[in-house]
Amino acid sequence: MLKTFKQGGIHPPENKLTCTKPIRSLPVPQTVYVPIAQHIGIPSEIVVELKQKVEVGQMIAQSGGYVSSSIHSPVAGTVTKLDKIIDSSGYKKQCIVIRSDAAEITDRAELPLKMEIEMDAEAILNQINSCGIVGLGGATFPSFVKLHVDPKSKIDTLLINGVECEPYLTADHSLMLAKAQEIKVGIHILLKALHIQKAIIGIEANKQDAIQKFAEICKNDTHIQVAALQVKYPQGGEKQLIKALLNREVPKGGLPHQVGVIVHNVGTIFAIYEAVQHGKPLTDRVVTVTGKKVKDPGNFWVKIGTPIKDLIDAVGGMPEDTRKILNGGPMMGKALKNLDVPVTKGTSGIVLISNVEAERGPAMSCIKCARCISVCPMGLEPYLLMDLVEKNRPQIALENDVTTCIECGSCSYICPSHRPLLDYIRYGKDLVRKN
Amino acid sequence: MEHQNIIISASPHLHDASSTQKVMRDVIIALTPALLVGVYLFGVGTLIITATAIISCVLFEYLIQKYWLRKPLTINDYSAVVTGLLLAFNLPSNLPIWMVVVGSLVAIGVAKMSFGGLGFNIFNPALIGRVFLLISFPVQMTSWPLPIVNRMQYADAITGATSLGMVKEASLMGEPLSQISSQLTTQMDLFMGITGGSIGEMSALALLIGGLYLLIRKVITWHIPVVFLLTMFAMSGIFWWVDPQQYLNPVFHLLAGGAILGAFYMATDMVTSPMTPKGMMVFAFGIGVITVLIRLFGAYPEGVSFAILIMNAFVPLIKTYTKPKRFGEPIRAKIL
Repeated sequence: MLKTFKQGGIHPPENKLTCTKPIRSLPVPQTVYVPIAQHIGIPSEIVVELKQKVEVGQMIAQSGGYVSSSIHSPVAGTVTKLDKIIDSSGYKKQCIVIRSDAAEITDRAELPLKMEIEMDAEAILNQINSCGIVGLGGATFPSFVKLHVDPKSKIDTLLINGVECEPYLTADHSLMLAKAQEIKVGIHILLKALHIQKAIIGIEANKQDAIQKFAEICKNDTHIQVAALQVKYPQGGEKQLIKALLNREVPKGGLPHQVGVIVHNVGTIFAIYEAVQHGKPLTDRVVTVTGKKVKDPGNFWVKIGTPIKDLIDAVGGMPEDTRKILNGGPMMGKALKNLDVPVTKGTSGIVLISNVEAERGPAMSCIKCARCISVCPMGLEPYLLMDLVEKNRPQIALENDVTTCIECGSCSYICPSHRPLLDYIRYGKDLVRKN
Repeated sequence: MEHQNIIISASPHLHDASSTQKVMRDVIIALTPALLVGVYLFGVGTLIITATAIISCVLFEYLIQKYWLRKPLTINDYSAVVTGLLLAFNLPSNLPIWMVVVGSLVAIGVAKMSFGGLGFNIFNPALIGRVFLLISFPVQMTSWPLPIVNRMQYADAITGATSLGMVKEASLMGEPLSQISSQLTTQMDLFMGITGGSIGEMSALALLIGGLYLLIRKVITWHIPVVFLLTMFAMSGIFWWVDPQQYLNPVFHLLAGGAILGAFYMATDMVTSPMTPKGMMVFAFGIGVITVLIRLFGAYPEGVSFAILIMNAFVPLIKTYTKPKRFGEPIRAKIL
């Protein structure tokens, strides 16, 4: 019996159309749009001026505080504008516009595998901070902050999140296949930085090739375990993954380090490897561009700041009956209206959803079928929370733990009455915050 | 670059193919074997009663929504069909048509629409309809046509008492069970459905087949039927063990009357039952206990309907004390 988390969860159709596709390099765009708020926390501060020449990897915005991150130029070129553009949130955000000098399409520079870890723990942390590494699983929390733990908290295990439970997305999967050795070195870098001995890679059973690959290369490694997990959404959620792999429950409102665990995504581990071993700042990432009707879906190395229309062009254009353009997976991603929105550090995929898939029946009365309760991985009562928020009772919603919702969307997915449960719960969280 | 066809909305962007209609359709499919047994046993009576109940339930819902509440119509969710079908299942096959219509009006109008329609009712509508009729018209509601011989009769059917009715009469007269045991239906006949009784409660086998379908389709979970029937079995078993002369054996209790129908189709009504496994088990335990108490010591031979309605009233309380275990919270017993 494969491991998994016990409470709640759903099985949406996987639709991993691109799971066998290698990672291609997307042509360097003529112009990149780099927002200064790509991570959770304080936006970065711009350190370049208009018309300034910048090199690839040069810092263009510095960390704005403790929970913040620096940003580096993805291309060599000239800063042409410091302007506000619409990002994936739908709001206008400050960004740095750089025109690339590159005339030719260039493949991603592949760096040689370097096993030896020369830096000491402190140097590793500093390097991760200065290279602007953030969580690439989607949350974009600055990695340095996550690793900079209180020495009193007893961290004993590093969990590597290779779950990728969102339907359609295969960015982590393709990266695990292409860069297994580098990821393994990356894990050792973090073990060294955290002064711990044990890491577990959790991979869902629908990625057998990745499980086998890691099992093989970690065969003689006493520090790294590879764990196959039963396929279940939202297993990639930090708390669910910890529960599945270690059977530990992060306390309500708490963080993983309280149960002695730190979780990092495989994409982040690879970025850390490149930063520490080769000094390469985070300027590109793997993005899955996919959809049922898409001509040639695939996984791409994409420069941060590339407009998503370039990505859609690379897979053969937008299919006729596209109804939604998603930044991220279909369960937690954001719907976009504007194709000029740039890829940021948190963009794991662009999914084009057709008319049929986007269809959602009209909302009907709740029939108390309890499916929302049975699928909620946090043990909440979504039907009740929606009801309370609808009736403007944020206080009672708070008493019913509305703030612990991880917004995985399982309740809205399963509801036979098509009720917008998560929409109301989000609104309720907002009301609670304001009170 | 803007695109006309593109819409935005908050996540999640996918939806399971389920719908309220499909849930209700599954219930209807599950009730079909028992309905066929009813048609086989009571012929025209079954058809007349069932058709009347379904048509009048849907019609009343339509009329009330359209002309009284002036709210959007929801008859296409099939819930009124299910109510009508379940009501018919709880009626004798020779009940006058006008009584069926009155029962439907009470079920839909009083028990369902006056609370706000589907999803808001506290009590099971079909059972409210049935109990209203039972209390208002006790004679007609407890004269059961004999099976098979009455297939072509409706109004002039030859009637007889049910096994539970005979046992109740015997116990009220103070007679030991052995005196009437030869008149009681055999357990095998109860299982197959060759007995007198309401249209849909006849064959335990047919009801179990439908119940299994509901379990497989995940419309219901095992908690309510299993705990209800086990409680009934255990409690009636204790009495039988103490005095087999006075009390029926527990298997007979499970197979006779509306126990199986109630366990799989009535008590499991989503709207009027608790929503967590813990709550469902408390609820089902209560139904089991009350059913046995009514059957053994109450004025009525059968107590499933009353037991379910009584426990329906406790559902809000049960829900409050049987919330799911929040992730990251220590497990603590919240059961009363």
